[in-house]
Amino acid sequence: MSKTITDVVCPFCGTLCDDLIVTTDDEGKKILGVDNACAIGAEKFIHSSDHSHRVTRPRKMQEDGSFKEITYEEAIEHTAKILVNAKKPLMYGWSSTSCEADSVGHEIAELCGGIVDNTAAVCHGTTLIAVQNVGIPSCTLGEVKNRADRIIFWGCNPAHAHPRHMSRYSIFPRGYFTGKGAKQRKIIVVDPRPTDTTNLADIHLQVEQGYDYELLQALRAAIRGEPLAGDVIAGVPKETVYEAVDVLKSGRFGVIFFGMGVTQSLGKDHNIDAAICLTKDLNDYTKFSIVAMRGHYNVTGSGQVLGWQYGFPYSVDLSRGFARYNPGETGSIEVLKRQEADAIFVLGSDPGAHFPMRCVKEISRLPSVAIDPHITPTTEICDVHVPVAFVGVEVGGNCYRMDNVPIEARKVVEPPEGMMTDQQFLSAVLERVKELKAN
Amino acid sequence: MSSITINLISGRTIQQGVSMEGGKEKNNYRLACGIIEMDEADFKKLGIMKNTNVKVSSEFGNVVVKAISATQGPHPGMAFIPMGPWANKVTSTETYSTGMPTFKGVTVTVEPAPEEKVLSSVDLVREYCFGDN
Ligand code: SF4
Repeated sequence: MSKTITDVVCPFCGTLCDDLIVTTDDEGKKILGVDNACAIGAEKFIHSSDHSHRVTRPRKMQEDGSFKEITYEEAIEHTAKILVNAKKPLMYGWSSTSCEADSVGHEIAELCGGIVDNTAAVCHGTTLIAVQNVGIPSCTLGEVKNRADRIIFWGCNPAHAHPRHMSRYSIFPRGYFTGKGAKQRKIIVVDPRPTDTTNLADIHLQVEQGYDYELLQALRAAIRGEPLAGDVIAGVPKETVYEAVDVLKSGRFGVIFFGMGVTQSLGKDHNIDAAICLTKDLNDYTKFSIVAMRGHYNVTGSGQVLGWQYGFPYSVDLSRGFARYNPGETGSIEVLKRQEADAIFVLGSDPGAHFPMRCVKEISRLPSVAIDPHITPTTEICDVHVPVAFVGVEVGGNCYRMDNVPIEARKVVEPPEGMMTDQQFLSAVLERVKELKAN
Repeated sequence: MSSITINLISGRTIQQGVSMEGGKEKNNYRLACGIIEMDEADFKKLGIMKNTNVKVSSEFGNVVVKAISATQGPHPGMAFIPMGPWANKVTSTETYSTGMPTFKGVTVTVEPAPEEKVLSSVDLVREYCFGDN
């Protein structure tokens, strides 16, 4: 016999699909099948339930580089001590875990004078800066599904990074005012490469890599009816720019989705400023919104929790006893480059794989701990690795979708016996930090 | 030896996502991300066969990856390494005061390195952090 659990939430990407069907064995220990998920989401569930590959107890790195198993109590003691002994510990990650766990982590950071930063630091951080610059006219993915007939994907490739985004929300679904589905929608993709997403586009604006700002401003000018100088703008023929403008203006409801192609290329937050202003300009003619294609399933939630607790969504420096925020200074990358942190704590992210290697080397020099269900490049260079249960698979918790809609992730199977959750581990560290500080 | 200078970007691929959930310490992750996607025209310029190992160098570092033909293309003059430690060996740490490294748009040179091995993610990172590199 097997059990079927419906409406399961996928804890991988910011699309946070909430329609998965997971089949488990009778005891709720092993996952037998996953329906509705994309290849990545399915792999996450299947891999997590195969305990033979998993580290189930904390490990400490030895002199020779090998790892030795330690108890959770020892790991809690190690973590509390490095944080208490540090003047400015960097506490990074918080994006592949629940908001509840994030909140406990922030309390620890406050007590220890740490820097709290999430994966926006290498992802949509520049978006958040732009939102603070110029605001953001946005909407939910439900509105996109039901209303949008013009979609722009700018510098993102959802066919690979958010595989079900197009079928659930942005291209194919039939909604209340979009009964004809894909037939009713016009798709514009802006990407320097032809991709699996541009293949679905009505217009592909093949922008020259790094020239998004020019193209965005050209579109803004063309929308206002200003003449464009030059025959080719940022690699795109002038006629194609005008064609795109006609398509955008003639829609009833449009949305710009944008990704790393604009946030990480030259121009950074200025690119997003321009994209948001383009959205604003289009509202003179029709209704338009803009949504960031957030990566980690709960990076948005981490920003939300930080936002309501400290007023800033990432790169929050608590080392002076109050919250300071200046990403070009307090962001993880800059802090590591300046060798300013004296300890590192990682949870719910893998900077070892996703930071420039110079910063990774700095992590390996510091007193460190990595909390992660997986073995990752980060866990392999940190002093202590603490395995925890998978949020959204083995423990529930609150998460925020890319459009800032909170969704409660569900537990579908039991974690390996005796394994702690993020929140349990953090709560135990918090208690120990309080004790150490009291003495 | 021949070499070409090319504009490098990085990003997600579905294989990167699947293999990373399958385990970053595993061979599949290396196969999915320890690669550089190049255009036909650039293979010709470099004068190598597809699936040859190459050394990619920038002012920030170098890395050995396998050169494969572009899955999303054509894009002559531009190369793609999926996001991960291999791309991050050569990516730009420059944030221009935004806190965000410049992961896309790094000038790199590519040269054949058929004798050199593509390291696993863990070996790559550990060797760089703990080795004499
Ligand atoms: S699109 Fe994202 S959230 Fe949906 S199933 Fe795939 S990985 Fe999971």
